[in-house]
Amino acid sequence: MAELNIKGTDDTPTVKMDKAANVIEFSGRSLPENVAEFYKPVMDWIDEYVTDPNDHIDVCFKLEYFNTASSKMLLDILLKFEAIPDNVTIKWFSHEDEEDIEDAGKEYEDIVQVPFEFIKY
Amino acid sequence: MTKIGANQDFLEFAYQLYHTMQANEINLVYEGVVTQEITKTFTALTEKNMAKNEETSQVQRKVFNVMVECLQNISKHADTMGDEEEEERRGIVLVSHGEQCYNVITGNVIKAERRPGLEASLNKINSLDKEGLSALYKQQILGGKISEKGGAGLGFIDIAKKSGNKIDYQFKELNDDFCFFIIITTISRN
Repeated sequence: MAELNIKGTDDTPTVKMDKAANVIEFSGRSLPENVAEFYKPVMDWIDEYVTDPNDHIDVCFKLEYFNTASSKMLLDILLKFEAIPDNVTIKWFSHEDEEDIEDAGKEYEDIVQVPFEFIKY
Repeated sequence: MTKIGANQDFLEFAYQLYHTMQANEINLVYEGVVTQEITKTFTALTEKNMAKNEETSQVQRKVFNVMVECLQNISKHADTMGDEEEEERRGIVLVSHGEQCYNVITGNVIKAERRPGLEASLNKINSLDKEGLSALYKQQILGGKISEKGGAGLGFIDIAKKSGNKIDYQFKELNDDFCFFIIITTISRN
């Protein structure tokens, strides 16, 4: 399937989704004006990916900041991986002095039925 | 040509404003249309000021966070009293800081009919502790949908969670149909 690469800006994250390279990664900041529009291609890509997934993939979140509208979209992204819980690990990165991002990841872990791993950098 | 006297009054006003801002340690004050561009500009400006003052990165992120939610609340939800375009969502924005804390103050016009709903949700949020807020957040993020305006209904919960303080608010009645809605969020510096 085609890869999806979105270059980050000051209010949208960098997105790398590449099945062949076994990479799904979100990094940077997410506070777009229109979250639904920004995340639409991401959702579509995951919908296709889960129908024929790789044996295992790490889904990496290295976000410095996301607003509440984005947090809802991130939940929707994570929920899509509930279709393939044995083929995925959510790797949730947070800066060592940044508790809020880590706490947000823990809240997702409580809600979503897929394995999480927390990494400090 | 403008009369010199009229300008003198205005210069006096500007000078008084300068003093008031200094005395109250106000870093930013704005009244006007709030857009995504304004939100990005003001948050970037405030971040720059905080970095210059060697503020801790945790406090910087919390102030940034609260500002984004408050400003996006205005750009998505402010009502207008006149015939202005629907898209023209205006408000006031103030950021101040002292020894102990930063204050983010925003205000905008809302339809009076929205007041009871806002009051109820703010009172509920202010009654909750950290765990209660986390539970409410999870309930809302699972049950809620992104609205037509692009919000998730999570803004106030997030502001309370990130600031760790109660959200102070007031409604000033403008007329039978509209009020001015002001919220103050305090972010402690230690």
